[in-house]
Amino acid sequence: MNLFRKHWKIISCGVFIGILATLFQKFGNPANMGICVACFERDIAGALGFHRIPIVQYLRPEIPAFVLGSFFASLVFKEFKPRGGSLPLVRFFLGFFAMLGALVFLGCPWRAFLRLAGGDGNAIAAIVGLIVGVYIGVKFLKSGYTLGRNYSAYKFTGFLMPLMMLGIFLLLIVKPAIPNGAPFFSLKGPGSQHAPIILSFVGAFIIGIFAQRTRFCTMGAIRDIILLKDFHLASGVIGLLIFAFLSNLLLGQFNPGFAGQPVAHTNQLWNFLGMVLSGLAYALAGGCPGRQLFLSGEGDIDAGVFVIGMITGAGFAHNFAIAASPAGIARFSALAVIIGLLFCIATGFSMRKRLA
Amino acid sequence: MEKKYLDLRGLSCPQPVLETKNAIDDRSFDSFEILIDTRTSLENIQRLLSTRGDLKYTVDEGEDFKVNISRI
Repeated sequence: MNLFRKHWKIISCGVFIGILATLFQKFGNPANMGICVACFERDIAGALGFHRIPIVQYLRPEIPAFVLGSFFASLVFKEFKPRGGSLPLVRFFLGFFAMLGALVFLGCPWRAFLRLAGGDGNAIAAIVGLIVGVYIGVKFLKSGYTLGRNYSAYKFTGFLMPLMMLGIFLLLIVKPAIPNGAPFFSLKGPGSQHAPIILSFVGAFIIGIFAQRTRFCTMGAIRDIILLKDFHLASGVIGLLIFAFLSNLLLGQFNPGFAGQPVAHTNQLWNFLGMVLSGLAYALAGGCPGRQLFLSGEGDIDAGVFVIGMITGAGFAHNFAIAASPAGIARFSALAVIIGLLFCIATGFSMRKRLA
Repeated sequence: MEKKYLDLRGLSCPQPVLETKNAIDDRSFDSFEILIDTRTSLENIQRLLSTRGDLKYTVDEGEDFKVNISRI
């Protein structure tokens, strides 16, 4: 009980995300994909024409709403703090490779937990992979890995990510008729499945506020247990998992099994390794994809660079036969994961400094 | 005994709390002044210190946060 009193805010945040994600599914988002930061950024990349896979193109309003909700909360609570300059190019590639790993598994950590909560057993290999990836990242952190300091930046720089996200949201609302067909919207497949815009936007905006206040982070949850034996962030993720599961039971969305799970494949080796890559990249960058969005909303422009790296990675992954599909992994999935792991390991070994 | 000064401003999570932990585990110092620049880092450090009955601390809030820690 004492534990609950100490952690109730972060638990509430996780519970809220878990329930809302399952409701988003009920109201139209793809099954076991009520909220997935990686998948939704991939859909946005598709809608913008950065890849041309016709079934995964949509300007998901949840992503802009996360950033704008966090932006709003950080202004209200005086935590908006434009800052940057901590090796942005490295962060870009960490985001890029994190996305390749995520699309080999087919989900970010949020979706891994939501898939498990929906009965998808394939998520188990991915969550184990996430833990292993974060564990490797913790080893690097303990041996002095750092991307160095960021510095206060001009106020206007902190508006760039919220403004970009506002632009994406406006594109969805206005749907301008561009002669070549952009923005592209799926007519079938996961990209065509979405909850009403107003519901998605308002719900995700509130998540953005909650998450900015509580620092909700799935990677941090695992990292803090390994590094500090601190279960604070983990209590939020456990709240998400349990309440998404209960909500799925109530809504009739719980279907246990491995084969034929929605937007998933059963190649456990690459479910595992894809997420090892992602987990390591998130740990080296200091936050899961959701957390990077919330940080970018409160003025962390390095986190913004990570987000843009992820969106770029999504376009690349679909153009170059790296992203998996329900049929299994693609021709270059394995190669991409190996290159990504090599990049992350090189980063971890080569960027160390005694700070104090 | 000497005081240890740490400037941990601008570092990504979890480096501020990790460096603080490393510092307070070093028995050659018995007081510490930690400089950080985000409330997130402050909360993380406070959570760490709340598990340590052998330390007391005060926080100065200004443009940055200054955490003064000493052994009891």
